[in-house]
Amino acid sequence: MAYDFRYSPVVDQVGIEERVARFNTRSIKKGSKVQVLKLALNMIDLTTLEGKDTEGKVTQMCYKAMHPHLALPDLPSTAAVCVYPTMVKIAKEALKGSKVKVASVSTAFPSGNSTMQIKLLDTKLALDNGADEIDMVISRGEFLKGNYNFVFDEIATIKDLTHKYNARLKVIFETGEISTLDNVRRASDIAIYAGADFIKTSTGKIGVAATMPVTLVMLDAIKDYYFKTGIQVGMKPAGGISTAKGALQYLVMLHETLGNAWLDNKWFRFGASSLANDLILQLEKEAKGVYYSKDYISVD
Amino acid sequence: MAKKEVKKLEYFTDWKYAPSPEATDHIRLQKQYDLFINGKFVKPNSGKYFDTINPATEEKISSIAEANDKDVDSAVKAARGAYDKTWSKMPAKERAKYIYRIARLIQERARELSVIETLDGGKSIRESRDIDVPLAANHFFYYAGWADKLEYAFPNRNPKSLGVAGQVIPWNFPLLMAAWKIAPALATGNTVVLKPAETTSLTALKLAEIIQESGLPDGVVNIITGHGPVGASMVNHKDINKIAFTGSTNVGKWIQKAIAGTDKKLTLELGGKAANIIFEDAPINQAVEGIINGIFFNQGHVCCAGSRLFVQESVAEEVIKKLKDRLETLIVGDPLDKNTDIGAINSKMQLNKINQYLKIGVNDGAEMYQSSCSIPKKGFFVRPTLFLNTSQSHRISQEEIFGPVLAIQTFRTIEEVIEKANNIPYGLSAGVWTDKGSRIFNLTSKLRAGVVWANTYNKFDPTSPFGGYKESGFGREGGLHGLMPYLKF
Repeated sequence: MAYDFRYSPVVDQVGIEERVARFNTRSIKKGSKVQVLKLALNMIDLTTLEGKDTEGKVTQMCYKAMHPHLALPDLPSTAAVCVYPTMVKIAKEALKGSKVKVASVSTAFPSGNSTMQIKLLDTKLALDNGADEIDMVISRGEFLKGNYNFVFDEIATIKDLTHKYNARLKVIFETGEISTLDNVRRASDIAIYAGADFIKTSTGKIGVAATMPVTLVMLDAIKDYYFKTGIQVGMKPAGGISTAKGALQYLVMLHETLGNAWLDNKWFRFGASSLANDLILQLEKEAKGVYYSKDYISVD
Repeated sequence: MAKKEVKKLEYFTDWKYAPSPEATDHIRLQKQYDLFINGKFVKPNSGKYFDTINPATEEKISSIAEANDKDVDSAVKAARGAYDKTWSKMPAKERAKYIYRIARLIQERARELSVIETLDGGKSIRESRDIDVPLAANHFFYYAGWADKLEYAFPNRNPKSLGVAGQVIPWNFPLLMAAWKIAPALATGNTVVLKPAETTSLTALKLAEIIQESGLPDGVVNIITGHGPVGASMVNHKDINKIAFTGSTNVGKWIQKAIAGTDKKLTLELGGKAANIIFEDAPINQAVEGIINGIFFNQGHVCCAGSRLFVQESVAEEVIKKLKDRLETLIVGDPLDKNTDIGAINSKMQLNKINQYLKIGVNDGAEMYQSSCSIPKKGFFVRPTLFLNTSQSHRISQEEIFGPVLAIQTFRTIEEVIEKANNIPYGLSAGVWTDKGSRIFNLTSKLRAGVVWANTYNKFDPTSPFGGYKESGFGREGGLHGLMPYLKF
């Protein structure tokens, strides 16, 4: 399919912000709230991406992913845990027998400043260690230079590799660095046409992470592609979403843009570390009618 | 690549939003409302009252006094007395304080006013809460600022007030239209007799309570209720200096005939049938959203509603597909529910008119497409509707429907779309959607419409003048221009 990424659809920022403001006036109550708080929990990629990560920390996080809250044993697990390639084996072992997937960042995360050879090796390391999903970063420098074919090719190359391992590929744009909504739309089109299974906003390593306007532009790109081809692509906003209220607003936007088919962790993820506990706090509040101390919720 | 069958996206099947109605226990409404004349609520001479109902439930809310010629006369006398004795003699900066106080009181009682607006008129609580009531307060704030600066607004022209203004307002934005009319009249030193529409008198009467509370001198604002003849009586009253009317073109024409030969000043803000034009380079997803808001805002009961859509043919298929898809996410139903996008049609009469136009459209050969949403059995509701394959000669493309009905045509060249957009007796507003700045300026200079929005629609601000060309009326409301119809130089 021929597609010239210089001519990606334009985006009107004012219009996007107004649409987001409309989503945020939705009032979600009672059963319809509980249902979606649980869904949000089930969509989390519980993440730790720090230089100081230890095997113990990753193991503990995996347990949290499987059993978010002991007091509410019927809560769903999170969708995945997200770690560096060197931690994949540990996570895989800790999650054995559960539905929780292991996602690994790769391609010289977070900057992506390395050679293709290194990026492939990095990805292969994660896949050989058993990663179910790969979160790659694009070369923002090449993108900003206007070298869109370079970005397309690097995504397609990594996709070839993940495809061999039957792993799903998430493509991170670092939207805080490519900055304009027109660029976000263009990056979305490039990644989708290059074979991304998911498109993802951010690494969580710079100041500006996921925002609702950026996510809406990406959802629109996914929708346009679906209308053209009938193929679903997933979405993962990452970084900066730490409250249940915020997560609900994202899900209203997801629901009213892409509909029921995307209300599933196969097609939507939150990249977050502290969101899970706020969801649990709100679920407890809905169940018991009162807030209780955060000391009762584990911080793994 | 084999093309998969693209299914329609489905919404609200697995996740239905629970009802989230705005509370009504905090509002204060009387069982019966009298006329507000000379600072007091007085019984109508006729002794008659009529029911005002909630269009979403068809239940009676309250009884409203029916004024007659005698009541009109005493209201005008009160306004004249207040003008002669107090209002025209008061220093302008003192006038400003009263207007400012009214604005503050509207803000303080915003929640109550928005609930009553929604109950009485059928518009969604989201709109009355986020648009109508805040904008009404802003109009008073804005014109409070002008009251003592008229000499600066019109330097060396010696602006003087006119006297008594008779104002007749419509049912689509009851409180907001009252604010549009009263605020500039008071700021320029005139006194007022205002008549709200018979289906939506309540917020104007609540405004009367606010005016009482503000301590505005008696008789400066008089609010009288009733049906058409009350308005006619105001138009014909000899001691009124200025008529301001917002409503239908037919009534506007009648008013103009009625006051011919008198020295009454007149402003008319009448109907519209605005063209919303999408070019192929437009930000399509945002344009679609703008089209939706342009026609479905306030159930389409908007004189500047973007009720005709012109799409450039290269993107027509995409735009129409997206419009159909977006219709499915519009929530139609209980206006008091915070999630409702489209509320109730204002009256049985208007509902019948809209339904009749739907029949006319189908009979004329246009293709009708409606949202699959269910609508409440009780109350006055219409599904959001698109008409495809319409032409200029279709009645649904020519006449103002004043409902949630969009007539869609395609075009090829810019000359063609300008000609078609202007080929209508109305000229209130238009919308242009394109990424190209030069094209926006080209069109704004050629479209014969009072307001042209670019890459947005239905934006209102007290600082911005609003008004029409051709049969959409004359005179401007809002902004500096909005002062002029209430002044002589």
